[in-house]
Amino acid sequence: MRFVPNSAIKDIILGEIGVNDIEELFSDIPKKIGIKKLDMPKGLSQQDTEQRLRGIANKNKSFYDVTSFLGGGIKPHYIPSVVKSIISRAEFYTAYTPYQSEASQGFLQAMFEYQSMIAELTGMDISNCSLYGGFTALAEAALMCTRINRKKTFVIPQNISWEKKSILNNYAKGPGIEVKEVSYDIKTGKIDLEELNKHVDENTSGVYIENPNFFGVFEDKVDEISGIVKDAGSLFVVGIDPISLGVAKSPGEYGADIVIGEGRSFGNPMDFGGSSLGIFACKKEYLRQMPGRIIGITKDADDKRAFCMALQTREQHIRRGRATSNICTNEGLCVLAAVSYLSWLGGNGLEELSRINFEKGQKLAESIELIDGFEGMFSGIHFNEFVIKCNEDVNKVNKKLLRKDIQSGLVLDTWYPELKNCMLFGITEMHADADIEKLVSALKEVSHV
Amino acid sequence: MYRSAVYDEPLLNELVSSKKEKIKPLGILPDSLKRNEKIDIPDIDETQVVRHFHHLSQMNYGIDSGIYPLGSCTMKYNPKICGEIASWDGFAGTNPYQDVSTIQGNLQVMFELERMLCEITGMDYFSLQPAAGAQGEFLGMLLTRAYHEFNKDFERNEIILPDTSHGTNPASAAMAGYKLVEIPSTKEGTVDLDVLEKTLSEKTACFMLTNPNTLGIFESEILEISKLVHDTGALLYYDGANMNAIMGKAKPGDMGFDIVHLNLHKTFATPHGGGGPGSGPVGVKMKLEKFLPVPRVCKNKKDYFFDYKAPESIGKIKGHYGNFSVLLKAYVYILMMGRDGLRESSEIAVLNSNYMKKKLLDSGRYELPYKELRKHEFVLSCEKLKQEKNVRALDVAKRLLDYGFHPPTIYFPLIVKEALMIEPTESESKEDLDRYVDALIKIADEKPEIVKNAPNNTPVNRVDDVGATKKPILTWNMI
Repeated sequence: MRFVPNSAIKDIILGEIGVNDIEELFSDIPKKIGIKKLDMPKGLSQQDTEQRLRGIANKNKSFYDVTSFLGGGIKPHYIPSVVKSIISRAEFYTAYTPYQSEASQGFLQAMFEYQSMIAELTGMDISNCSLYGGFTALAEAALMCTRINRKKTFVIPQNISWEKKSILNNYAKGPGIEVKEVSYDIKTGKIDLEELNKHVDENTSGVYIENPNFFGVFEDKVDEISGIVKDAGSLFVVGIDPISLGVAKSPGEYGADIVIGEGRSFGNPMDFGGSSLGIFACKKEYLRQMPGRIIGITKDADDKRAFCMALQTREQHIRRGRATSNICTNEGLCVLAAVSYLSWLGGNGLEELSRINFEKGQKLAESIELIDGFEGMFSGIHFNEFVIKCNEDVNKVNKKLLRKDIQSGLVLDTWYPELKNCMLFGITEMHADADIEKLVSALKEVSHV
Repeated sequence: MYRSAVYDEPLLNELVSSKKEKIKPLGILPDSLKRNEKIDIPDIDETQVVRHFHHLSQMNYGIDSGIYPLGSCTMKYNPKICGEIASWDGFAGTNPYQDVSTIQGNLQVMFELERMLCEITGMDYFSLQPAAGAQGEFLGMLLTRAYHEFNKDFERNEIILPDTSHGTNPASAAMAGYKLVEIPSTKEGTVDLDVLEKTLSEKTACFMLTNPNTLGIFESEILEISKLVHDTGALLYYDGANMNAIMGKAKPGDMGFDIVHLNLHKTFATPHGGGGPGSGPVGVKMKLEKFLPVPRVCKNKKDYFFDYKAPESIGKIKGHYGNFSVLLKAYVYILMMGRDGLRESSEIAVLNSNYMKKKLLDSGRYELPYKELRKHEFVLSCEKLKQEKNVRALDVAKRLLDYGFHPPTIYFPLIVKEALMIEPTESESKEDLDRYVDALIKIADEKPEIVKNAPNNTPVNRVDDVGATKKPILTWNMI
C-alpha cells in the first residue's frame, strides 16, 4: 500500500513483538461485532482517481464557466499566486495546532501578524486567530455577551442571513438566551431605529448589527445605534464585510465592543461555502471571556522573543466543561491565506480594492435600474451587493439567464416573503465591464419576451 | 544531530514601517461611516512577502517534515493528490447558492461521501456540515436534546462521560446546556460498568464515549455498556477521534452507538493546516434522522438536489454545507484506499503502536499503567523518571525536538501521571519508529540538566508559555 510503508514487512514486525497474526492485536474486539470487510469497492490508482474526479468536476460550472452575480456573502475574489504558494508550503499545510511552540514559531508568528492586522482593520484592541466562520462567530459573540454581563436577551436585525439566524438560535439554546429580532425599514433597507429602541432594555446582553447589512446597505446611523446600546448597559456587536473596511470606518470608531465577520474573501476560494474564516475581535477588557485560540508574544529561556498560544486556561483542553468555548480545530490555513493576502495587498491595496468593489457595486446597480421592469428596492447606500425588484417572475427570468451562462442574483422571497421577485446581486473586482454589459443585455432580452 | 533553520525574522510591521496617514475619503459615504485614515497595514514588495513567509515556514514542523505521533490527533500523511484536486476551479470556484443544475458534481461528492461514511461506521445517515470534531460533538448534543424533547422526555439534563474523555466532550456538552457527570475508570483503564449503572438515571440524556478510548484501550464490554445506556432511555455517543484504530475491523453502529462524529482531518488524511479547516461529520441511526441539519443531499432518478423539507430538523450548525474542500479531500482519499486500504491502514496503525509500545516497555525506562493490549495509541508514564531524576514528561517532549522529532501529546489523559500519549499512525516506516524509540530511550539516560534545558536545536529555546498569559501581548500594537 502506497501510504502504509510497513504493510510490506508486517510479518517481520509481528515476529519482533511475538505476535503470530495481526488478528491477535484485535482480539479485544468482541466476535459479535467484528467484521471481515467493508462493503465498498477496492481502491483506485492515483491516476484513475484523478480521471474520475475530472469527470465529476466537469459536472460543475465554476465562476469561470458561468458569470455569477450572486449576492449573499460569497463572491469570487482574486487570489494572488503568492497566497497559493505560501499556503502550499508543507511545513504549514501539514502542521497540527501549534501546541509545541518551539517547533511552530513560523505559524505562530503568522497567526500573531493576522491578529494584529484584524485588530487594526476592525478598530479593536485584540483578535483571536479564527473561528469556524462568520456565522458561528456571531453565535460565539452572543454567548460571550452573556458571559460578560449575565444578561439573557440578544437583539439582532431581522434581515440577516437565515442560516446565520438558525445557527445563532442553536447556540443560544444552551445558556437559554432569547434572540429578539428588529425589523428593517422597507424603504431604506436599514434597521428600524424606533423598533430597535423598543427592543433594547436592561435585560439586553448585546445588540448586533451588520455593516453593510444582508441587503448590502450601509447602516449609517451607527452613532445613534451605539448610543441606544450603551444607554441600556449592553454590548455592541458589529458584523463586517472586511473588504468594505478599506473605505468604511472601522466599527471600533463607532463604539463596537465585539467585531465579527467572514474573512474568506481574504485569499480563500469560494469553495462551495467551505474554507470559511471566522473573524472575531474585541476590546481588551473582554479578553478572558473570548472564545478560540489566541497567540501571544513571550520569551524563550535565553530572553529571545518567542510566540506561543496564550491564555490557554480559557480553553477546553485545560478547563474542559468550564471553557469559554468548545473550539479546538479552527481555520488555521485560512488564517495563513488571509495574512499572506493582506501582506501582499498592503494597506494601500486594500483601500483600492475596497473602492473598486464599491464603484462596481454602484455601476451594476445603476445599469440594472435603467432597464424597464427592474428597480432598486432600497434607498440606502450600498456596497458591492444590493437588492433589485423585478416586475415579473424572477425565477423564470433567472432560468433564461442561466441558458446564457449567467447566474443571476439570489432570490430572496423564500426567506423574505415580503420581498417577492426580489434578488440580491453581488459584484467584485473579478467582474469586468463586459460582464456587466453581458448581464444587462441578457436581462433586457429575457424580460421582454 | 538535527538543527532547525533559525531566522530572526522581523514582524511584518518591522520589515517595512507604515504610519497613520490621512486618505481622501469616499465622498458618497455618509460622514458617520467615512474612513479618514489609511489602514495601518504595511505595504510590502512581493519578493519580501514571499521571503518572510518562506522563512517562517522553515521554522515550522509538519507531517512532511517527519514523524508526528500526537496521541488522539492521527497525524498521518496527507496525499498530495487530494489537495491538488480540491484546488481545481471546478470545485473551489463554485458558489453555494448556484443553481443546482450547475453543481451536480459537488452534490455527487457529498452524496457518495455520506454513503461511504455510513458503511465505514455502520450508521444510517450522515450530516457533513460540522466544521470540526468539537462542532460535531455540539451537533450531537443538539440532536440528543431534539430527540428527547420530541419524545416529550424533558427531564434529561445530564451527560455522562468517563474521566478519560477528550476536553472537547465536556466543553461541547456544557455549551449545549447540559450538566456533566464524570465517572472514574476501572484499574484496567476502561468504563466501570457498576459505576455507570449507578450513575445512569431517568435524568441521563446521553453517555459520550471514545472507543478505543484515549488510553488506546478497546472497551470490550461495549455491548453491555450499550444495553445499560439504552435500558434507561439515554443515547450513546461515539467520539470518532480514534476511528483510525478500527476501520474495516468493527463499526460503532454495530456496537450500539446512536450518534457518531468523525474527524476527516484525522482518520481520512486531510491536512490539519496548523489547526483547520477541519471537518467533523455526524452520523446517526434511523431514529435520529429527522433531526439532522438541513439541507440533506438527495437524488432522484437522474439528478442530485438539496432537500430542505424537514420540519423536525435542528436547522443549521454551520453556514452552507460544511468545509467542502475537506469533504472532497476525504472523498478522494477513501476512493484511493478502498475497502482493503482502509482496513490495512487501521491494522498497521495498531501494529506500529504495539511495536513501539513493546520496545519502549522492554527498555525499562517508561511504564505503561493500565491494560497492556492497545490499539492505535498508547500512553506511557514518565513518573519513574520524575522520581529518579526530576525529569518530567514536558522535558522529554522538549528534548525530542532536539532530535528532530515532534513530541507526543503530553499530560493527557489526566488519569496517567506524567503522560506521553503516542500515536504513530500507519504512515511511519519501521526505521522511523526505531529512531523515535531510540531517541526516547537515550533521553531517559541523558543527564537531567540536558533534558531540562531542551530544546536547543530549534528556532527558539524553551518558551515561557506562562509569560504570554501573565502579560498578554496579542498584537504588534501592544508591544
